[in-house]
Amino acid sequence: MASRIPLSAVTVGDELPALIMTFTRDDLVRYAHASGDMNPIHREEEFAKSVGLPDVIAHGMLTMGRAIKVVTDWVADPTAVVDYSVRMTRPVVVPAGSGVDVEFAGKVAAINDDGTIRVDLTATFDGQTVLGQARATVRLA
Amino acid sequence: MNREMIGHQYPASDALVVTEEIIRDFALAIGDDNPIYFDQTVAQSFGHATVCAPPTFPIVVTMAAMEKSFNDPALNMDFTRVVHSDQRFEYVRPIAVGDPLVVITVVEDIRALGNNDIATFRTEVMAHGELVVTGWSKLVVRGDE
Repeated sequence: MASRIPLSAVTVGDELPALIMTFTRDDLVRYAHASGDMNPIHREEEFAKSVGLPDVIAHGMLTMGRAIKVVTDWVADPTAVVDYSVRMTRPVVVPAGSGVDVEFAGKVAAINDDGTIRVDLTATFDGQTVLGQARATVRLA
Repeated sequence: MNREMIGHQYPASDALVVTEEIIRDFALAIGDDNPIYFDQTVAQSFGHATVCAPPTFPIVVTMAAMEKSFNDPALNMDFTRVVHSDQRFEYVRPIAVGDPLVVITVVEDIRALGNNDIATFRTEVMAHGELVVTGWSKLVVRGDE
């Protein structure tokens, strides 16, 4: 677990570089195959609408998987993440075409007694947050 | 859902042996190009024996294991009404190529919230008898309106 960021360089309130990632229908198909989650609400517009959704929605786990990139890009070694949790509060709605953008951001929320830090993450789509209580515990160098 | 199932532990899932291809496909699917997922030389420069898996990779095995338990009639769970609301992973060590991952699923909690049931499943991902990562998945099972 070799982070390139030393603990001594970090202060509570520090913002990590934000990321904007585009979600397309093709991304959802690729994630369905890689994860094994073949639920048609993530692939079939007609089915998604039949169960009351506005359109096809992204897998919540895809949003979770992308959000942590804010941390893993920053520390370089993804295994520095020792705990990661999210609440999936709203879906990312993905219409056909060029896709939609989700902005991911992170902030150092606490420096823990054991030398780890807590990073609070946000994911914003269409002006609203789609993840709640998104937190990563990270062991720095 | 059947609250008497709280604490029930399901038998270990069949092993999934981790390969470079499975890790690469998952990393590409989440849009993460970190070289530690793709390049063994880079991974080794960070002290790892093989390429490592992305933090949410364990869902590949934990979701499959949980879905088997959802089919248990004793649980009395309507999978067509399930929404995955919360996920947590606590990592013990990185997942590496060659790990034969098995999952032990435990029904940690079932509680009512209005007309819905909220079920928490704990998934213990093991390799060679040792814990690699623990997952917690909270699922909302929508009741009748």
